[in-house]
Order: sequence, then structure tokens, then C-alpha cells
Amino acid sequence: MLRGVSLRLGDGATALLGPSGAGKSTLLRLLNRLADPDSGRILFRGEDIRALDPRELRRRACLVPQLPAPLPGSAADNVRFGPSLVGRDVSVERSLELAGLSRSYADRDASRLSVGEQQRVMLARALALEPEVLLLDEPTSALDEDAREGVERTLADLVARTGVSMVVVTHDRGQASRLASRIVELAGGRLADGPAGVAAP
Amino acid sequence: MIAAVHLSLGEVVAALALVAVAAAVSIWRRADLERDLGIAVVRSFVQLTAVGYVIQAIFDSDSLWLVAALLAVMVAFGSLTARGRARAVPGATWPIVIALSVAGLVTLGLVIALGIFPARARYLVPVGGMVIGNAMTAAAVALNRLADEISSGVLRIEATLALGATAREAARGAVTRSLRSGMITLIDSTKTTGVVFFPGTMVGMLLAGARPLDAVRLQLILLWSLLGSVALSSVIATSLGYRGFFTAAHQLRER
Ligand SMILES: Nc1ncnc2c1ncn2[C@@H]1O[C@H](COP(=O)(O)OP(=O)(O)OP(=O)(O)O)[C@@H](O)[C@H]1O
Ligand SMILES: [Mg+2]
Repeated sequence: MLRGVSLRLGDGATALLGPSGAGKSTLLRLLNRLADPDSGRILFRGEDIRALDPRELRRRACLVPQLPAPLPGSAADNVRFGPSLVGRDVSVERSLELAGLSRSYADRDASRLSVGEQQRVMLARALALEPEVLLLDEPTSALDEDAREGVERTLADLVARTGVSMVVVTHDRGQASRLASRIVELAGGRLADGPAGVAAP
Repeated sequence: MIAAVHLSLGEVVAALALVAVAAAVSIWRRADLERDLGIAVVRSFVQLTAVGYVIQAIFDSDSLWLVAALLAVMVAFGSLTARGRARAVPGATWPIVIALSVAGLVTLGLVIALGIFPARARYLVPVGGMVIGNAMTAAAVALNRLADEISSGVLRIEATLALGATAREAARGAVTRSLRSGMITLIDSTKTTGVVFFPGTMVGMLLAGARPLDAVRLQLILLWSLLGSVALSSVIATSLGYRGFFTAAHQLRER
């Protein structure tokens, strides 16, 4: 679906903008190797991502999917899952708080939360891995205006507090310019605009 | 232990009357099944007669090598059948072959080691056939369910992979539910056995003139052995079969 896309993603926040079907989600999935391109290379900090352990790559560049997919159990179970795979313990409260959720959410059944709350749990469980890059696929698509502003504030805060880099997919030009210092536009699987180079978040 | 019965061909032909009833129903209600009925009758006669001669020959020779060869053929045909039913599972052939072979070997091995049956063709062939047949059904059901579970769980599985999980960790829930579905049918029918239906072995023994208590004991031995073999077959088929859905890089395979 993607052709002739060549770009360099620097530190800080990059927005990936484009109409539905442009290939934004596909590009994010290539960046953490949930899928591989038919041809071409993707470099992460100068290294071909095929040379990395995919699990390690996914912990360093963590994807928050477009549709919430909570694991069975509480919000806290969801937050603990990723770190538990590498035998790490996390502060559930801190992860929830970074994602803009109060600690009272910890024991709630994740599958029974509203879609907007679930999206925040998805963000919290990604943050629990302390990734270098967050790959956010339309993090506010299910939210009303107030909640959207809340998430945008959370994300801006996060970059300031933790220094994490972000690639944020969005339909919304306004959101792109509010959240990101760099905007990359995709249309029909090609770059519409943006700097050329080799992709490297 | 088992009284011998001898049936003549005439008695077998007489049972065709019931097939005629089935054909009449089909014609009367335009169910369009006469052709299939005919094929079923001819095939069952030819196949069972052929198998009868093969088994007779194996019993006469009482050679364990021939028994092993026959069981291997059963595993091969069982695997082909299960493979056809679980077509949605990529690369299911080896998981199925291994599942059926291990289930057959372990079950027969235990049954002999525990002294339940002697290692003679007369016991190994029928018990082996039952074990492999049930293992085949369980593997096919479990793998079918696995394909459903994975295609309906794509979002959750990919989200789990995205958190740094291995394919095995991401598929764990789907694998467990498929294992359950492979085992549950036999467990349920074991629960109701004797109340809702008479299992085949018992029916056969009673017809052959055995004492009811002997029939019951043999049936229990077989049912309980089958539980073990069905569990083995399901667990092997699912825990090898899930790999076909993933690449070596812990990605869900494109389909
Ligand atoms: N696994 C796949 N196989 C074939 N085509 C696919 C696959 N995944 C996505 N596509 C197609 O690729 C195109 C880009 O999809 P993608 O999900 O990347 O779009 P998007 O920009 O994220 O759109 P949206 O804003 O609606 O989420 C679409 O036409 C989609 O149908
Ligand atoms: Mg998308």
C-alpha cells in the first residue's frame, strides 16, 4: 500500500497526517515490525530494524493501536502486562497518572471502561514500558472535544516530562500542529509533503 | 470374555430394509439424498469388508509389525481427514500427524504397561482405531476453533505483540480456548454416558452376548483411555498449530 515513502523522523513529536486509507496505520505498523515492507529498509537509531529483536524493538518503540484492545483483567493488569514479560515491576499509579487517569481506575475491569478511558489505559500500558518512542494511532478518535483536549494536554505534558518521542497519527490538521513540531502528510500511500531522507525515529 | 457371534450375509442384507426406509423418506420429501445414500451403502460395504479381511489377516498372523503398519495407515488417513477439516490453519499437517501419533502411542503404551490389555493384535487394532479416530476428531475441532479464535482476536493479539509479547504469549488465550473445545465434547458425552445414550462398545458387547457388567467395565476402560488420548491430541495440535499463524518475527501472518 505504501510506495516510495522515504522520511526521517527525529526526536520530539511528529504528526502523521492524511485522509482515511492513506496508509498511516500501515506505516506505524512497519515502524514496530507488526508488519514488514515488501521492499525497502527502516532504520532505528541507525540500525536496520530487522537486525533487532522484534520484541525489544516493540518495547522501545511502543504502538498504541487505533482501536482499543484491552487484555482481560483490570486496568492495573493491563499496565503490568508488558513489563512483566521482561520481569520488571512498575508503578501502576504513575503510569495511569501519566496517561491522565486517576489511581481509582487501577482495579476497574478494563473491558468495561468507556472507549475513551480504554484508549487512556492503552496509553498507560505503553508508557509502563518506558519506550523511547510512542507510536500513537489516532489517540483521540473516539473522544469528544473536551476529552480530546485532555488527551492532547496529557501528550504535550508527557513529552515535556519524560522526553519521549512521539509519532502521532491524526486526521486533524489542527491537532497535528498543536501536538507536533513536524508534520508528515500521506496521501494514497505516498508522501504528500515533508522532508526526504531515510526513516529513522 | 467375549462370546463369539456369527452373522450370515443374509442377516446383513436384511438390514437393507432400513436403508430402503431412508430412501423412501428421501424420495417422498424430495430431500435428494438417494444418490448419497446409495454411495454410502456401497462404500460402507466395500470398505468394511476390506478392513474385515485385513484385520482377520493381521489377527491370524498376530504380528506386531503388521499392527504397527495398520496403525500408521490409520494415523495417515486420520491426519488427512483432520487436515481437510482444519483448512483455515496454515501448516497444520505436522501438528496433526504428531498429535495423532503421540496420542496413539502413549495411550496404547499405557494401556499395555498397566496390564489392561495384552500386547496382541486382537486388542491393539480395535483400541488403536478408537484412540486414533477420537484423537483425529479432537485435533480437527481444536484447530478449527483455533482459526476462529485467532481471526476474531486479531486486534487483541496484535496489541499484545505490540507490548513486546512473543507469539506464544499473544496466542495463549486462543490456544487455551481451542484446547478446551477439543476436549469438551468427549467430557460431556462421558458425563451422560449410560443415561442419555449407550456407547458403541457396550452395545457391541451386549449384542455379542457378554455379561452387562463386563460390557460396562470394558466401556469404562475405553472411555477413560479416550479422555487421555483426546487431551494429548488437543494439547499437541493446538500448541504446535498456533505457530502457523505467526512469522518468526512474532508477527501475525498476512492472510
Ligand atoms: N493487511 C492488509 N492487507 C491488504 N490491504 C490492507 C491491509 N491493511 C490495510 N490495508 C489497506 O491499506 C490502505 C491503508 O490502510 P491504513 O489502515 O494504513 O489507512 P489509514 O491511513 O490508517 O486510514 P484510517 O485513517 O482510516 O485509519 C487501506 O486501503 C487498507 O484497506
Ligand atoms: Mg488508521
